Formats: sequence, C-alpha cells, structure tokens
Amino acid sequence: MIEAENVHYSYPSKVEALKGVSLTVKDGEFVAIMGQNGAGKSTFVKHFNGLLKPTVGTMKIDGVATTQSSVAALARNVGFVFQNPDHQLFSETVEEEIGFALKNFGFDSKVVEERVTWALELLSIAQYRKTSPFLLSGGERKRVALASVLAWDPKTLILDEPTIGQDHEQKERLRQFIMQLQSQKKTIVAVTHDVEFVAECNPRVVLMKDGKIVADGVGREILTDPAMLELSSIVLPQVAQVFTKLSSLGLPKDVIDLYEAKALLLKTKARLGR
Amino acid sequence: MALIEIKNLSYTYPGASNPSIHDVSLKIEKGEFVLITGPSGCGKTTLCRCFNGLVPHFYQGEIKGEVTVSGINVLEKHTYDMAKHVGLVFQNPENQLFALSIEKDVAFGLENLGASREEMRKKVDWTLKQTGIYDIRERSPHEISGGQQQRVAIASVLAMEPDIIVLDEPTSFLDPLSAEKIFEVIYRLNKEQGITVILVEHRLDLTAKYTDHLIVMDKGAIRLEGDPRDILSNEETRLIGVGIPKATLLYQMLKKEGFNLGDKTPLSSDELADQLLEAYGQR
Repeated sequence: MIEAENVHYSYPSKVEALKGVSLTVKDGEFVAIMGQNGAGKSTFVKHFNGLLKPTVGTMKIDGVATTQSSVAALARNVGFVFQNPDHQLFSETVEEEIGFALKNFGFDSKVVEERVTWALELLSIAQYRKTSPFLLSGGERKRVALASVLAWDPKTLILDEPTIGQDHEQKERLRQFIMQLQSQKKTIVAVTHDVEFVAECNPRVVLMKDGKIVADGVGREILTDPAMLELSSIVLPQVAQVFTKLSSLGLPKDVIDLYEAKALLLKTKARLGR
Repeated sequence: MALIEIKNLSYTYPGASNPSIHDVSLKIEKGEFVLITGPSGCGKTTLCRCFNGLVPHFYQGEIKGEVTVSGINVLEKHTYDMAKHVGLVFQNPENQLFALSIEKDVAFGLENLGASREEMRKKVDWTLKQTGIYDIRERSPHEISGGQQQRVAIASVLAMEPDIIVLDEPTSFLDPLSAEKIFEVIYRLNKEQGITVILVEHRLDLTAKYTDHLIVMDKGAIRLEGDPRDILSNEETRLIGVGIPKATLLYQMLKKEGFNLGDKTPLSSDELADQLLEAYGQR
C-alpha cells in the first residue's frame, strides 16, 4: 500500500514541484498518473521508493514512512523503471544487467539464472542475452530496463513512461503482463502520456497539474472529459474523439473501447434504418 | 532526380553479427512528408542516421550501396558538410543538448554556420516561439523536463533551416497536446516552407494524417511503401505489428460487418466521424 499525505517537495533550486499531494494506492491496484510535462508526475513517483523524501508531509509504503527506511531496503519491494533507460543501464551484457540486482539481493546463482531467463523471454529480448545493452535500439533498451526490475519480482512496480519507443505488439504484451501482475495482487503505478494505451487498459486514472492532483477516477470517465483533459494537456483517445463528434445522434460520449464502439455504431445504423 | 535516393543499402554496426539494414532502396521527393514506422529494432533509427552520414562516418561499421542527398554522395562527405542539408532530431534529447542555456543551444548550429548576430537573434527567437520555449530560453537545458528538452532539440535543428528535417520519435517524452502542437509545427513547416520531413513514429494515431508517403520497415528492410490509406488497409501492415490508428481500425471493423462508409480509409477521428455522419444521413 502506498500512502501519500499532503506531500510537498521542493528541489534544491527552490522550485516547488509538489504542492500538497495526497493519494492512497491499495495492493493490487493499477493506477495511471497522467498530466502535462512538468506537472510533477515523475517527482511524485520518485517518492514511492524513497529516491526523494517529502519536504513537508508523509509518504508511507506498507505503513512505514520512507524517511524511516533506506532506498536499498525499499527497492526490494518497490521496483522503479525510469523514463530514460540510459539512466539505469550500465552492464556489459543484457544478461548481466538483468542479473545485477538479483545478485545484490543475495539470490543464489541458480535462481538468478532462472529469473534472468524468465525476464528475457517475457520481454522478447532473449536473443540479446550476450549483447551490450548499448547496441540495442531505444525500444529494446527500454525493455532491458524493465526486465532488470521485473526479474526480482517486486511487490510494487513503478513504471515511468513504459510505452515510449514500444511498438504495437510490445504494448499489447505489456498490457497483458500488467493484467497478470494485478491478478497476483501486485501494485502498478504507471506515469504515462499514452492515452491510447491507457484507454486499452482502463485503469484508475490520476491527473496531475502544477504539482497537485486535479482528478482521480476510472479511466473511462476521465479520458472522456474533454475539458478536464485539455486542462492537463491530454487529448481524447481516438474512439472518444469520434463519439464526441457524433453527439448530435444521441450516442453516449464516454466510449473508449473499440468493440463497444463498433456495437453502438451498428445499432445506430439499424435505428436510423440506414 | 529525387531529393534523397538510396540504392541497395546494407549496413552492419561494428561488432554486430547481422546487418541492421539490408538492401534498402528508397526515393524521397522534395516537399514530401514521409513517415517511417515498424517494430522496435527494425532499422528505422539506423536508416535515419544514413541521411546525414552519421552512419557510417561516426558509427563506422560495414556499408554497401549508395546514399545521395541533395545531389551529394553522403558516403564521401563529412557529416558536418551535411548539416545545412539535413537536420537530425534524436530520440533521446539529452544526446544532443550541451549548452548552458536553451537559447545558446538553439543558436549553436547557426553560430557554426557563420550567421550574423542579427540574423541569429531573429532566427533563434522565431524558432523558440514556434516550439513554445521562448519563455524559458534562459534556463539550462539540463534542469527542464524531458518534454521541454525535446522541444529544445527540435528548435536547435529548425533554427538552421535545413532542406530536410529527420525526426526520430521526436515527441515521445511529450504530453499529447504538446506532441500535437509539435507535429502541427512540423506539418506547417512542411506545407509553408517546403521543408522535406522524415518522421519516425510508432504512434500512427497521432501522425498518420500528416503523411503522404508511409514506409513500413521490418527486420532491416522496407516491407511496404506508398499512400498511407492503402498501406494501413493492407492486412500485412497489421501482421508486421504496426499499430493501426483506432479510427482506421474501427472503419475496417464496421466494413467487415457490412457497414459501407465509402472507399476512403480514414486516417483520423475527424475523417471517420464525417464518414459516419454522411452514412447516417446527418449531413
């Protein structure tokens, strides 16, 4: 469980990035944090594993304030995948990169081997096992970074822009994997701008603006509220855009799912006798 | 002659066992808005690095074939000779930002091209305004957000007014509205100034509507190429793993159910909404 209570944070440059953020994320929840560049999303999630500590307010993970534990201790339970993979990759081969944290956590070599193989296959990068991460494409490096965190099976996973540089198939795999983690009662918090990805996953959506939370609710409601989205510099998912333009036909506006859209449009066709 | 002409190009990075691009031939005419897409690792970024000679001059490795840009044989020229012709915006903005202020970063290329002070001031201000970073011009490019950095990277290339601008997922760190604004800027530069645009993108939902020449790559080769409406209705495109825009997909799903919306495959929600209103007799 993640509990933020009135969290304020100011960078050493005195820029106040968080201005009183309160949020509770229960075990097994999937939350997408969205909002415009500079809204404080990344700053906020960096509090979840103690990388940053609140200037004012409290941040608790499973009931313990982050000020009371070290980043190393928190990391075992809270895995963090950075926005830019180059900020976390450093090993000479993909295999070493993924095994690094596992070794540090003291797993024996057989377990390390098994977990590394599992993570490599999960993210379809097994062919690069012995390759340097720096020879891979941007999208592939991002998957190495993700694999290296998934490998130690943290209870909570923080993903900062997980879909950047990922193609359609990889995104679909990521979506399925997130669903699977949820069924295992893992907590997933994703900072993302990818409205289409969020529309497909339909998680709880938290909108941030200027260091504060401005909306919190189910994806379907928030992603179909044009005024609210514009405030946060987000555009409607494409399906919702179509339905907004068809409002004169008496169709609902809160549609983000393709199959639901198809059914509604066919029903309207029958109703209008076309 | 086409503005860009690539003939039978194959390239292998040093130390790699397989070529990253294999037997690629391509023609791009002046003023086109080209969109390159394909699964991650398919060779899109490598191909972009060929347009200004970063491949092979900087990356070394083994190259075969011909690359001609603005009549120049790129394989025989230095990368800096290509700077006036081809501006490259990288995927990761941190790789190209280095100055102490945003303004200086944007001015750097012009300085090197020997522009006068007044000319530089004018072009830098125009570019900063176009990309929406004028108000933060005096800040360091290293203490701003990833999205803002991406704008700076685009601005520093735009300022040099290249004939061709190559953008490799230039808005991946940007929020959707900012991304849309950047794409609109690029589209306007293409339409109004005639700058040839080569854009690498996975997110066709945001970008398919801008292109007149869509290229689908897979495993280092060009698999499909042409009018985006044809390519996006081609089953093979979906099978390669290209993310078809939702509006296009919805059109195809409805068509399969016998709902006739006309022959024009929509590339945006506006186009699909218009086709639906028309079919429902509401226009």
